[in-house]
Amino acid sequence: MRNIWTIAKREYKIYFSSPLAYIVMLIILSVVGAIFALNIINLTSNPFGMGQAPDVSIVTGPMAFMLVFSAPALTMRLLADEQRMGTLELMLTAPVRDWELVVGKWFGSFLFVLTTIGISLIFPFALNSMVTPGIDQQLMLSSYLGIILVAAAFLAIGVSISAMFSNQFSAFFLTMGLLVILWFLIGIPAQIFFTGGEIFDYLNMNSRFYNSLNQGIINLSDIVYFLSITALGLFIGSAAIETRRWR
Amino acid sequence: MIRVSGLTKDYGARRAVNDITFEAEQGEILGFLGPNGAGKTTTMRILAGYMPPTEGEASVAGYDVVTESIEVRRRVGYLPETVPLYTDMTVFDYLKFMADLRHLPNGEDRVDETLELVGMEDRAEGYIGNLSKGMRQRVGLAQALLHRPEVLILDEPTIGLDPSQVVDVRKIIREIGKERTVLLSTHILSEAQQICDRVLIINKGHIVAEDTPANLQASLIGSERGMLRVRGEADDLIEAINKVKGITHVQPKEEGVLEFQFAPGQDVRAEVARTTMQAGYDLLEMRPIGMSLEDIFLQLTREENADMEL
Repeated sequence: MRNIWTIAKREYKIYFSSPLAYIVMLIILSVVGAIFALNIINLTSNPFGMGQAPDVSIVTGPMAFMLVFSAPALTMRLLADEQRMGTLELMLTAPVRDWELVVGKWFGSFLFVLTTIGISLIFPFALNSMVTPGIDQQLMLSSYLGIILVAAAFLAIGVSISAMFSNQFSAFFLTMGLLVILWFLIGIPAQIFFTGGEIFDYLNMNSRFYNSLNQGIINLSDIVYFLSITALGLFIGSAAIETRRWR
Repeated sequence: MIRVSGLTKDYGARRAVNDITFEAEQGEILGFLGPNGAGKTTTMRILAGYMPPTEGEASVAGYDVVTESIEVRRRVGYLPETVPLYTDMTVFDYLKFMADLRHLPNGEDRVDETLELVGMEDRAEGYIGNLSKGMRQRVGLAQALLHRPEVLILDEPTIGLDPSQVVDVRKIIREIGKERTVLLSTHILSEAQQICDRVLIINKGHIVAEDTPANLQASLIGSERGMLRVRGEADDLIEAINKVKGITHVQPKEEGVLEFQFAPGQDVRAEVARTTMQAGYDLLEMRPIGMSLEDIFLQLTREENADMEL
């Protein structure tokens, strides 16, 4: 645990000394903020007075979409760069287990995204002060739980792919490709195949977030799904590092 | 401290290390001497817990490098050949990070002490990316020394350093080698002679010789060599020197320079000098010629090939 924390802390600090991480954070928050502002303007300019008040999902929904493209940028460097620079040799000869290294790297990026998610809380708080009788607390809880779970899974997938490459751009594009498939494309075959389509439905990350957590429905199976993807990503990442030793 | 038996490592179809066996005791500085690609780095990486061997066994401080890798890594300080470092960190932050990974109590004090040991205390706040090759080498060495390891594995620790830095680093290594086990690789024979208690010569994955540097040189050469320089032509001097007791062979090199061989253990220098003066020559220079690593290699590989033909 201590090693994981030491590694995560270093990664977290490094994000704040790289322009890329700031840009990623800025883009996420400004896109989410713009959509939020448009919703509010739309509502207040409604000539028929008060309509249906927007809820927290107008914040977390776009944020999940943004993570599909920004998570790969945050994870691409993590292990690929260590291999390119040769510093992986230092990590693999330090008294640190391979999985501690991988989990530490993932946790560092997770903390960075948690910080971004934390800053985005200003939008629900602003919304809360604008609508009566305040925002739906359960929806707030479940959609933020959802976005945190989505982030954990995306970043774990990114870390596992970063562990397989020594070129961070290969890691970036492969991670983004995989996330686009898991988020946007995997639901399509479920509608085409009459039999066997359930498997694609099961794997569809998008519907497990938008049709469930982001609508205030807390389902154990969705939580287990996202945690499983996270665990699987970290396991594959550790295995990828382990196999490097045998080459 | 280090026990290696039948160690073999294949990279795909290429055999980098082939069935090597050796031991190193506490308080011993063992030199690994060999040309590039001889298998030095591979052996050191296996001992540092970086990768497992294909065959054979190795243990460091009593722990197996494969099954008890973490225990081995706790007790080893390792300086890789390429000295990989996080260039985006300051020297202090980097060493503190490594100290934390090793769970050292009072990590900050330990970092300060180690920086002082390698003479880098004034560069603690500088970024590693801005350091020269020599400075980085010292940071790498500091990283290997942080936890005062029982076994120190240094891959080409003086490569790329300027002469005064080389002297400093050798001094540090000798100091550490008094109490701990040091395994270091080099391809410079004089370096091995200066620092190591014992030398292993490795070529194409095999250990081809193992002894103290002095014995190794004596046994390999069979005779010692020296050169002398006089003013003007020296051709007439050859015969006179050939008559000196102990001299086995004299050979002209360039104008005014002769190379002579003599049986080991016999000091012929005074007699050679006297003979030169008596023959009416001005003696400008006389010195022993050490055998270079290249010579030793050529000789060893020749012997090996001869064995194979038999």
